[in-house]
Amino acid sequence: MEFTEKAVVMTAGDVNRVLARMASQIVENNPDLSGVLLVGIRRRGVPLAERLAAKIKEMDGVAVATGALDITLYRDDLTTVADRPVINKTELPANITGKTIILVDDVLYTGRTIRAAMDELIDFGRPRRVQLCVLVDRGWRELPIQADYVGKNVTTTEAEIIKVMLPEYDEMEQVLLVEQK
Amino acid sequence: MPLNRKDLLGIADLSVEEINLILDTADTFRDVNARQIKKVPTLRGKTIINLFFEASTRTRTSFEIAGKRLSADTINISASTSSVVKGETLIDTALNLQAMAPDAIVIRHGSSGAPHQIAKLVKAAVINAGDGAHEHPTQALLDALTIRYHKGRIAGLKVAIIGDVLHSRVARSNAHLLSKLGAHIALAGPRTLLPFGLETLILSTEGSVTFAENIEEAITDADVVMMLRIQMERQSGGFFPSLREYSIYYGLNRRRLALAKPDAIVLHPGPINRGVEIDSDVADGVSSLILEQVENGVAVRMAILYLLAGGE
Repeated sequence: MEFTEKAVVMTAGDVNRVLARMASQIVENNPDLSGVLLVGIRRRGVPLAERLAAKIKEMDGVAVATGALDITLYRDDLTTVADRPVINKTELPANITGKTIILVDDVLYTGRTIRAAMDELIDFGRPRRVQLCVLVDRGWRELPIQADYVGKNVTTTEAEIIKVMLPEYDEMEQVLLVEQK
Repeated sequence: MPLNRKDLLGIADLSVEEINLILDTADTFRDVNARQIKKVPTLRGKTIINLFFEASTRTRTSFEIAGKRLSADTINISASTSSVVKGETLIDTALNLQAMAPDAIVIRHGSSGAPHQIAKLVKAAVINAGDGAHEHPTQALLDALTIRYHKGRIAGLKVAIIGDVLHSRVARSNAHLLSKLGAHIALAGPRTLLPFGLETLILSTEGSVTFAENIEEAITDADVVMMLRIQMERQSGGFFPSLREYSIYYGLNRRRLALAKPDAIVLHPGPINRGVEIDSDVADGVSSLILEQVENGVAVRMAILYLLAGGE
C-alpha cells in the first residue's frame, strides 16, 4: 500500500513527553501501584506499556508489572476477513483477579480492539477495574468506549490513517497522519 | 503468510512455510489450553462435523475438544450409527451433510483417498483424520510440534520410525513432514511390514528417508524414537509369526532405547500395545512423551480449524 504523508502529528520528542505525562497521571490516579498491571495490546501497545512502566519506575521507584495481549482470537470481523491473521502470544501474569489493569494501545479508533481486549481479559480473571491509555485518539468510535489517558487527540477524516512508528518495529519514532494513495 | 487452501488432505502437498505456519499457530493454542478458561470465541457460529468410519478415541475426541474450545458447534457421526449401515454410499452421505451447510468436515475412512473424493464434492473445508494406509496429517503435525518443543528444532535430527510401516498412515505423514523440515528418518521393522520404495515418494531436499537393516541400527544415536502400533485389525496376511516374537525382535525396551542419544524422546501415536511394540517401563518412563503428544493434538487441531474454517 502506498501512502501520502499529510502531517507529522508527533515527533519522537513529543511521544516521549506525552508518555511521561501519562505515566504521571497513572501514578496520580492509582495510589496503590502494586496492584497495577500495564497490559499492551499487540503489536505497538506492548513497547508503549513497557516505556510507561520504565517512566513510572524513574518517577516513583515502583516496578509496575507489564503484560501483552493478542486479541486476534476475539476479533469480531474474523469471519469477514479473507486471510486468517497470524496469532501471537498473550502473556499475562498467572492471576489478574483483583488487579487494576491499564490497557495500552497506540491508536483509539472504532473501539472494537478494546472491546475484544476486555473480553479476553475477563477470560483470564476478574480485574478490580480496567482503564485505557492510548497514544492517539483519532475519533470515529463505533462502540461506547473512551480512554482514561490520552496522549493526543487528533481530528481525522475516515479515509485518513494514523501511522504510529516506534523504534521496536519501524526505522524511526514519530506519528504521522497519512492517506492511502 | 496465510494457509491458502480449502482442505487439509495430507502432508505431501504442504510447503515448509505452510507447515511452519500451522506449528506456530498451534504453539499459541498450547497457551490457550493452559488457561483456566480454555475457550475462545473465534469460531462462534461455525459447524464442524466429525465423520468417523473407523474406530477412534484420541483423534475424534481431540477434534471435538478443539472445535468446542474455539466455540464451534461440533457433531460426531460414526459409521455404526449412521445411514451407512442402511447402505448409503460415501458420496451420498457427503452430499447430504453438505446440504446442512457445515463449515468443516473432519473425516476418517478405511479407504485411502476417501477425504479427497469428498473434498471435491463439498464446499466445507475437509480435514483428513486418517485415510487407509495413506496419510494422517494432524498426527504428523502434533508429532512435529512435540519434537520441536523438546528439541528446539527438527532439521538435522535423527528420527527412528519402527514397526508396522506398511499399514501406517502415521509413518507416511511423518516421513513427508519430518524430512521436509530437514530430519533424517530411519525406518525399521519386520521386512514383511516395510514398504520398500516409500523413500522414492518423499520429495525432500533437506532431509532423508532410509531403511535400516534392523531396529538396533535405526535406534543408534537417534534423537527421536517413534514406535508404531501393531495394527491387529489389518494383520490378515501373516506378516510375522507371533506377537511374542514380534516383541522380542522389534519391541522397544530399555536395552534398545539405551542405544539412542541419552536425551532421546520416545513417541507413539497410540493406542499402545503394552508389551508388544513397547515395554511398559519405556512407555511410562521419563523419555516417553506419549501423553504430551495427545495434549499437543488438541492445539494442532485448533490451529487447523482456525486456519481452514475461520473465514467465510
